Amino acid sequence: MRKLLIGRWTKAGIFLACLLPLASLLWRGLDNGLTANPIEFVTHATGDWTLRFILFTLCVTPFRRLLDLPELIRFRRMFGLFAFFYGCLHFSTYIWLDKFFDLKEVWKDIAKRPYITVGFLAFVLLIPLAITSTAAWIRRLGGRSWQLLHRAIYISAVAGVIHYYWLVKSAVLRPLAYGATVVALLLWRLAAKFRSQPDAERGNPAKPQPQNSQA
Amino acid sequence: MHEKSRLTNADVTPRAAYQNRRKFLRNAGLAAAASLAGREFWELASPSSHAIAGTKLNGVSKSPFSTTEKQNSYDDVTHYNNYYEFGIDKTEPAKNAQSLKTYPWTVSIEGEVKRPRQITIDEILKLAPLEERIYRHRCVEAWSIVVPWIGYSFSVLAKLVEPTEQAKYVAFESFYDRRQMPQATHAGIDFPYVEGLRLDEAMNPLTLLCVGMYGETLPNQDGAPVRMVIPWKYGFKSAKSLVRIRFQNEQPPTTWNRLASDEYGFYANVNPTVDHPRWSQAKERRLGEFFKRETLLFNGYSDQVASLYTGMDLKKYY
Ligand code: HEM
Repeated sequence: MRKLLIGRWTKAGIFLACLLPLASLLWRGLDNGLTANPIEFVTHATGDWTLRFILFTLCVTPFRRLLDLPELIRFRRMFGLFAFFYGCLHFSTYIWLDKFFDLKEVWKDIAKRPYITVGFLAFVLLIPLAITSTAAWIRRLGGRSWQLLHRAIYISAVAGVIHYYWLVKSAVLRPLAYGATVVALLLWRLAAKFRSQPDAERGNPAKPQPQNSQA
Repeated sequence: MHEKSRLTNADVTPRAAYQNRRKFLRNAGLAAAASLAGREFWELASPSSHAIAGTKLNGVSKSPFSTTEKQNSYDDVTHYNNYYEFGIDKTEPAKNAQSLKTYPWTVSIEGEVKRPRQITIDEILKLAPLEERIYRHRCVEAWSIVVPWIGYSFSVLAKLVEPTEQAKYVAFESFYDRRQMPQATHAGIDFPYVEGLRLDEAMNPLTLLCVGMYGETLPNQDGAPVRMVIPWKYGFKSAKSLVRIRFQNEQPPTTWNRLASDEYGFYANVNPTVDHPRWSQAKERRLGEFFKRETLLFNGYSDQVASLYTGMDLKKYY
């Protein structure tokens, strides 16, 4: 398993897999498969995948610990950047195909419609994270402040779920399922923090915290 | 795509079989069944068998109420549906609604009327000459379609049962059967679906009792076998698969209003100046078009219906 995880091709394979939702959209576009309202379909698909990739990103740390597979860290940045990538597509679909670059309208929407406001917040918070995702930026900021900054993804995840919850007409089951997942992932972190504290107090060096592992 | 979807309908309901059955029921005794193919006999014998969707309707006349705008394709109108009893995604009803049994079908007409009665779908189909009404149909979600519905003015049915002086509103109830509609439990709204109109709205000639579209009986996902179509109101007012029509003195509760009264009013007239709290209603996307178009007051039917609302604050009574 470890070998597989650090294998050269694994990362490339996962990278390609992350592109499948986009490929599926393009394929459907060519194959008349985007329903009678393609723009709505694309908005929803890209929104769904933005949220999913945020969740994948948040899953990495717990899975590393629970499965004792620290190698998983190799994929965290990739997932985060894909969340940003699909977020960009989602936002572009909205600006281009929904508002036709009428930026005044866009601003009005952001200011006036709570579901757009929180969606925008969720998206904007991802921008600095994407920019500072490189090793150079980690060095420049230092591990601690970098970690602190990257906790913004928690807010992004919560805001993304609220965005979804507020936009559905009645069928809240799916947004609630996403919400439950986010809550579980955040609670796990809280619990992990309390669990690791006594260790730290005892000054137990047996399990050093790997750098940048806890965003 | 078009051909394919028609084939699908035909697959579910052999048109000829249904027509044969009706002719047969009318004209012949049971003995004649023996002369039919075994499969068709089975369909005749089992009352549980399927829908009447996709049967050609004959003798349909044109209507002056029709728009000349380009119609949406049959494929669009049958594969992009809000019919929450059959799933919340718009592509789901096309798949899930095929299990709906729409024959035999009876609608109960009751309440403040001199002649309450049960009326069968066969009677409804013959009650008045069928007209094709090509209407704009505007969804509250800011998309729209143009559909060649078939039916006749609801007032025909109303006059048949003679509403009393007490009748001020009409309440509509859609069919609901959890076994046939297992997806309904995830919809987040209460069923059966209920809707309503003020009596004068219901009696307006535009208000259509609809039994078909595109020259045929209604496909299940579009509200077979009989539904309402109220073209100047948001689509959710036009209840599908009707089983009960009740004339009454009080304003009836309506499904979406019950769920979120600040978002969905009883009137729900199409109005570009009254936004849904969460999105604008100023523009709409006509399916099949790239750019959005301006939404028209009363969906462009002001001439026929604006007088129903003179002196009413449309921002208050949204
Ligand atoms: C990280 C940021 C965001 C996430 C995670 C996200 C997620 C989602 C999700 C899950 C959906 C629903 C998809 C479905 O129904 O299947 C959605 C829909 C939508 N989002 Fe976002 N979104 C984000 C940012 C934004 C932004 C910045 C905007 C615009 C300013 C926006 C505008 C919309 C619109 C217009 C819809 C469709 C609403 C409708 O059809 O009623 N989103 N988004």
